[in-house]
Amino acid sequence: MKPNDVILQTVTKVASFIILTFSVYLFLAGHHNPGGGFIGGLGFACAITLLFLAFDIKKVREGLPVDFTTIAFTGVFIAVATGMGSFLFGKPFLSQTFGSIDIPIIGEIEFATAVIFDTGVALAVFGTALSIIYTISEDSSIWKR
Amino acid sequence: MNNIVVLPLLIPVLTGILLALFRNNVSLQRGFSFFSFFLSGVVSLLLVQQVYNEGIQILEIGGWPAPFGIVLVADMLTALLLVTTSAVSIACILYAFKSIGEQRERYYFYPLFHFLITGVNGAFLTGDLFNLFVCFEVMLFSSYVLLSLGGTRIQLRETIKYILVNTTSSTLFLVAIAYLYAVTGTLNMAHLSVRIAEVGQTGFITNVALLFLIVFSLKAALFLFFWLPGSYSAPPTAIAAIFAALLTKVGIYAIFRTYTLIFYHQPEVTHTLIAVIAALTMILGGIGAVAQRDIRHILVYNVIIGVGFVVSGLAVFTSTAVTGSIYYLIHDIVSKALLFLLGGTIIRIVGTGKLKEISGLIHNHPLLGWMFFINALALAGIPPLSGFIGKVLVIQEGLARGGSNSGFYCLAAVGLLSSLMILYSLMKIFINAFWGETYLSQDMEKGTTRGLLLPCALLTAVIIILGLGVETLYPYVEQAANSMMNPNIYIEAVLREVV
Repeated sequence: MKPNDVILQTVTKVASFIILTFSVYLFLAGHHNPGGGFIGGLGFACAITLLFLAFDIKKVREGLPVDFTTIAFTGVFIAVATGMGSFLFGKPFLSQTFGSIDIPIIGEIEFATAVIFDTGVALAVFGTALSIIYTISEDSSIWKR
Repeated sequence: MNNIVVLPLLIPVLTGILLALFRNNVSLQRGFSFFSFFLSGVVSLLLVQQVYNEGIQILEIGGWPAPFGIVLVADMLTALLLVTTSAVSIACILYAFKSIGEQRERYYFYPLFHFLITGVNGAFLTGDLFNLFVCFEVMLFSSYVLLSLGGTRIQLRETIKYILVNTTSSTLFLVAIAYLYAVTGTLNMAHLSVRIAEVGQTGFITNVALLFLIVFSLKAALFLFFWLPGSYSAPPTAIAAIFAALLTKVGIYAIFRTYTLIFYHQPEVTHTLIAVIAALTMILGGIGAVAQRDIRHILVYNVIIGVGFVVSGLAVFTSTAVTGSIYYLIHDIVSKALLFLLGGTIIRIVGTGKLKEISGLIHNHPLLGWMFFINALALAGIPPLSGFIGKVLVIQEGLARGGSNSGFYCLAAVGLLSSLMILYSLMKIFINAFWGETYLSQDMEKGTTRGLLLPCALLTAVIIILGLGVETLYPYVEQAANSMMNPNIYIEAVLREVV
């Protein structure tokens, strides 16, 4: 008998958006409050995993045709390369700086170079978590192909 | 602040990531791999010269000052080991081009190799004990995958054992770090040294020191080497060679660092124990090497003897003995890599490692035979090759200290005996494999040596140059030993502002 997952699918459609939004919030909050790239990326991966469970992996992959390992490695690359950015200014590896810009209506917004580093971390965590899940969900070993 | 210090860490990690992104382009991976190790070699040489001229170089990562942030410290020992690491990686990667097989190349062999070197370089560079743990893990994780990559039966069997042993020792490592942090409240090595010197090395701290010794001995195959013979004979030659050359040496480096910088106050307890286990390691490794009848196993036991000898220099604990130890450490990294590459080439030609089934290779492979011979002499410590000076210094100092404590006579005797055992075990391979009637004609051979002899020749050249250039190298090695025997030099460099 085919399992009936109408409820799961309907809830997922709403819930995944909430999780994604919350992950973005966590990611941005990380500079001063609890949160940051690691947990943000993990939250993002959770949302996609929920989609994997509720719908089919194949279906989700059609809508999201990216290679998760590539994302993971790109993330690490961004993180390391950001650290090296400080070389240009003669500062030690991984130094960070920040400044704030006053924008009318919205108010003062702080920009920090650590965010770029954190983006790399988030991508790395997101890619790694999803490629693990994707790999263990396949039953044939990659090596054989 | 000197950003060059971090480059030997960054070059391999960035190359590894880039290569992982282009994993299907094998020729690009090869070119980049070679280039990146060449570049780290150049940077490391630059670092050696800087340390020589200006003293210890440090980098406070992110600009956070020393005991609070993480520091990378390049003293002479580190810089010399970085250069050696680059040389050996170049040779192993060149060997891998022709021997590792396209399937492994496509499945992240080069990125993993780079991450392994990242971990090794990181362990050499870091000035923070927890960071040392992290670098060990980076190195070990890559080694787990490299060991099992390919998934043959024997590889998987050995990988499980290897992972279990290393996970256990890493857990102990973490426990030891936690103890030390609970007592001293810091993990920066220089700061640890200062604080332990202030409160004195009590019984508890000595116990923690011994726990560290157990951990590092497991990693370095010092006495606790039961896991090594199996796992180092399982992977393909290029991987086995880099393991034999570097992985145990990182453990030795950690013992050197902790026992000269942090736990040096009670040598009568700690260094005596180190002397005993170093001697036992040499004896047991020697017996193993003499008893085996398979090339792979003989080579693997030779790694163990080397570890015992390097550490015995630390056990003698005089400036000259440590100088000898560093000489021998550098020599051992190069010549163990060479030994494994040559042994692997023999096995590749014949298709088996059993000495009985190999004979008369010298007719078709004279170069291979002579390189093996030279390397055997170097490992046994025959002048003018590279192993000689290290052995002389360590044994001389052992004999000199034997006057006050006759145990050192035993250590020196075991050191000499181990050289004989090395010579015997390697000559056994040489005589069996290269002398005698030629069984295999050139077209009956299982594999070709084309392209494989170049990296071996490079390393042989390094061994000869190290042997002939002892005088040129001496001030550098002496500086390394000097800063190891005087922890204040290291401490002042790292904690300039604080202390």
